[in-house]
Amino acid sequence: MSSVPVSAFLALALILFCIGLYGALTKRNTVIVLISIELMLNAVNINLVTFSKYGVNPSITGQVFALFAIAVAAAEAAVGLAILIALYRNRRTVNIDEMNQLKN
Amino acid sequence: MTLTGEFFAFMSLALVAVIGGVLLLNLTKVIHMVVALVFTFVSIAGIYVLLSAEFVAVVQVMIYSGAITIIMLFGIMLTRHHGEEAEPKGGGLRKLLLFLGVLGFGAAVYLGIYDLNFEAVPNTLHENNTEQIGISLYSQYIIPFELTSVILLVALVGAIVLARKDDEKEGDKE
Repeated sequence: MSSVPVSAFLALALILFCIGLYGALTKRNTVIVLISIELMLNAVNINLVTFSKYGVNPSITGQVFALFAIAVAAAEAAVGLAILIALYRNRRTVNIDEMNQLKN
Repeated sequence: MTLTGEFFAFMSLALVAVIGGVLLLNLTKVIHMVVALVFTFVSIAGIYVLLSAEFVAVVQVMIYSGAITIIMLFGIMLTRHHGEEAEPKGGGLRKLLLFLGVLGFGAAVYLGIYDLNFEAVPNTLHENNTEQIGISLYSQYIIPFELTSVILLVALVGAIVLARKDDEKEGDKE
């Protein structure tokens, strides 16, 4: 039996998710918003791996799922950064408040 | 709850992870924020080791602490910053409301998980972890695995096209 309860892992993931959510909603720099989203994805991965070990039905599936999530997150970071560079070429800014071309 | 090495390892890793996250929110320079988050990513890799997911831990160090951090640093260095996060206009009330909203969300989820306890089922995840993942990937999850390669290819091509488009336009003007 483990000495660390399963709820401790879930609480850590919850704290990291909340930090990422707050950062993504309040920060004005697009790079920081992107990296906050990565932090939220990481918190979700902790949950997946935790349930793969301590869940009702422990199996390797949770870890495989976490690997898929990491692959998709890496692709998302690359595309997000490419969009950021393209926007920067057009508008000379990384401030997220000024990225409103789709508004009008 | 007994005080064992596993418990201490978990507490210290969790502490470093949360401190990295808090520094992300509070530092002023953008580069420092990204470097602070590296601590969080490495600590999460340690948490994966505690959860007997060694392969995922190594992947975490390579992809997050390595690739994604470097790509974000490139993104910062290729764009011009004033070095510091610009102060948002009229942000006080908005920030407070957002903080309360996120706090409420956290409290609601915590109510659901704080007394969660499953029966400990003996498992063999720690034995030949990488081999188990490989067998599972190539037998049960072969179609999602191949689809992931398509996603990576699309992301690669899309990123190149997006980042190069304006170069050609500027070249036409000249």
